[in-house]
Amino acid sequence: MLRIALIGQPNCGKSTLFNQVAGYKAETGNFPGTTVTFTESKVQILGEKVNLVDLPGTYSLTGSNPAEREVLRYLASHEVDAILNVLDATQLMQGLELTLELLELGKPMVVGVNMMDEAGRLGYRIDGPKLQERLGVPVLPLVARRGRGVQPLFTQALRIANNGQETSRIPYKNPSLEEAIADVAAHFEGMFNGWRPEALAIRLLEDGAQLQAQVEEKIPQLIPDIEEKKERIVENLGKDPLWALSAERHTLAQEFTQEILTRGEERITWQTRLDDLFLHPFWGYVLLLVILWSFFQGVYSVGTTLEGPLLEMFNWLSTQTAQLIGTGSLLADVLVGGIQGIAGGAAIVLPYLIPFLIGMGFLEDVGYLPRVAFLMDALMRRFGLHGKAIVPFILGYGCSVPAVMATRTLQDRRDRFLAATLATMIPCAARVAVIFGLVAYYLGSQAALGIYIYNLVVIAIVGRILSWKFLKETPGLILEVPPYRLPSGRTVFHKAWFRIKEFIIEAWPLLILGSMALELANHFRVSDVLNAILRPITWILGLPSVVGVPLIFGILRKELSLVMLRQALGVFDFSSALTPVQMITFTIFVVFYIPCLATLAALRREFTARDTILIAILSVVIAMIAALVARGFAYFLAPVLSLQG
Amino acid sequence: MRLIDVEHNQEVRIVDIRGGRGVTRKLQQLSLMPGDIITVKKKAPLQGPLLVEAHGRSVALGRGVAAKVDVERV
Repeated sequence: MLRIALIGQPNCGKSTLFNQVAGYKAETGNFPGTTVTFTESKVQILGEKVNLVDLPGTYSLTGSNPAEREVLRYLASHEVDAILNVLDATQLMQGLELTLELLELGKPMVVGVNMMDEAGRLGYRIDGPKLQERLGVPVLPLVARRGRGVQPLFTQALRIANNGQETSRIPYKNPSLEEAIADVAAHFEGMFNGWRPEALAIRLLEDGAQLQAQVEEKIPQLIPDIEEKKERIVENLGKDPLWALSAERHTLAQEFTQEILTRGEERITWQTRLDDLFLHPFWGYVLLLVILWSFFQGVYSVGTTLEGPLLEMFNWLSTQTAQLIGTGSLLADVLVGGIQGIAGGAAIVLPYLIPFLIGMGFLEDVGYLPRVAFLMDALMRRFGLHGKAIVPFILGYGCSVPAVMATRTLQDRRDRFLAATLATMIPCAARVAVIFGLVAYYLGSQAALGIYIYNLVVIAIVGRILSWKFLKETPGLILEVPPYRLPSGRTVFHKAWFRIKEFIIEAWPLLILGSMALELANHFRVSDVLNAILRPITWILGLPSVVGVPLIFGILRKELSLVMLRQALGVFDFSSALTPVQMITFTIFVVFYIPCLATLAALRREFTARDTILIAILSVVIAMIAALVARGFAYFLAPVLSLQG
Repeated sequence: MRLIDVEHNQEVRIVDIRGGRGVTRKLQQLSLMPGDIITVKKKAPLQGPLLVEAHGRSVALGRGVAAKVDVERV
């Protein structure tokens, strides 16, 4: 089967295109670097089955961060039959730099110039045929969001994949560069691990530490030769080869752009006006608060409206079932456990999760999140946080797993570790259920917002302490800020569905089984043993000892801790068993302690087992301290809180 | 002149990037290299980042980064 790889710079609409064809399997977002893993899908093009691979967005192939190295390795090692390169028409020049790099690989290639509609609105005119002539590969216009131009593009991609027509790169103008490339390439007869000699030569000259290791294994004598060539380039051009080569591509891309792109009259667009408002030194922050506040209120009002009646219904069902079978019998207990598990998903998790995900999806696709990063950077930096850590942070509000993976974009290992540790403490969508289902529902949305703010304060303090330990100057924020885009309801819905489906398939069965297991454990009095073991922790926190078991299960999925808490307490209404202070202490502890199993697995993949254990232990310590401090605060604020409750 | 000292909406040309390898490389990947013409669009308060535009792309740059970018008036 043919394999076509989709590649382009971050936020160029590549995943949108993939979804148009493969049916919403890739996560999209108006946020640079949303795709951190490869998504492969079998699609039908003109009746032929093709493997379509969505690669993470990458600015270049020089492989300075692990994500880019992975793309490069993939392009080299797998049998990619054709490359489909997506360009953003509004950022043609930058996109072309990557295109020039891709041409060097020599693989069959086709270029889709996306966002032609936006370019049109900016008054850009793009000479497609001329670009095609200059690049030597087919170039087609595209509006992926509206599905325009998708069919012809894939037809063309399929055609060139079948032909296997190789592309030729555009030579560098500087003769000493070309000379060095030819010299190194001459050492390879034919393909080397899937690489064409010239492509490999360029990569080796640029840096390619990993490639160098591969080459060293087979042709060790070549390495000193390459080093000598590199030194010669530095002597001749006064800069290292990586810089010299990319500078040339940069200039070439600019030349091409000047030739093929005519800009209309420059006007103040609504984009600029929106930024004047949203990034305003004063109103920008007011709006940030208003937006976050409305988001909270929205999630809160939808969720609480549904939670009450749904819970009542399920509780009635539980009571009826128990009475029918005989209260206290094993069967009745297990059945009630099952019903409570279903109720947890339907009444406590989904009513908050759905509006939360739709709201997040909207904010992401509209392009607001990078602007939050812009507004908040000064504050975050003051707390010793790495500027680039903002990306994993924002992703963390959705799910900790992609947040951990997004730390790949950080080059320094210590930075990565720090960012990952802190990002796992951001309350993910699963913890939303606990914060809203318990705190917001019983104590009001202000209390829930308070938990989010408190969470950030704790993370800031922890970040400060951890970065003290390995103090060094942080490079600071360098982040692309994409244009505002009106999200299509379809995309936002599908993105939310992506996560909801994950909850239904992976987490809900766990909730149900967990609830049943808890009933069994209660029935046979195993819970008492576990609770006794955890009693030191629950005692310090001032929580009932039955909270122990739900906390253990919470490691599987964070929602479990709340869903099982109801059963553990043996009540339908939390307020009859927990004081407001206890609710807050419990929630804070759940937010911070050990990341869920899936996150631990992700950490293990990205780091070492030792690091993962370290993060887990650290998180328990932080959770204890944070919960205790919150308990103290809440104790004094309790009269105020209970008025709202 | 350093990039942080540039006023709003003024076009400048990058002369030199004095950062370490990480910074220069990251900027290069976002297509910000010596010779390029950029405009400072916004400055966040409290020593916050700058929003610059180059070749139709907006990039947020922390003050520390912007201090390492030397520019000249066009």
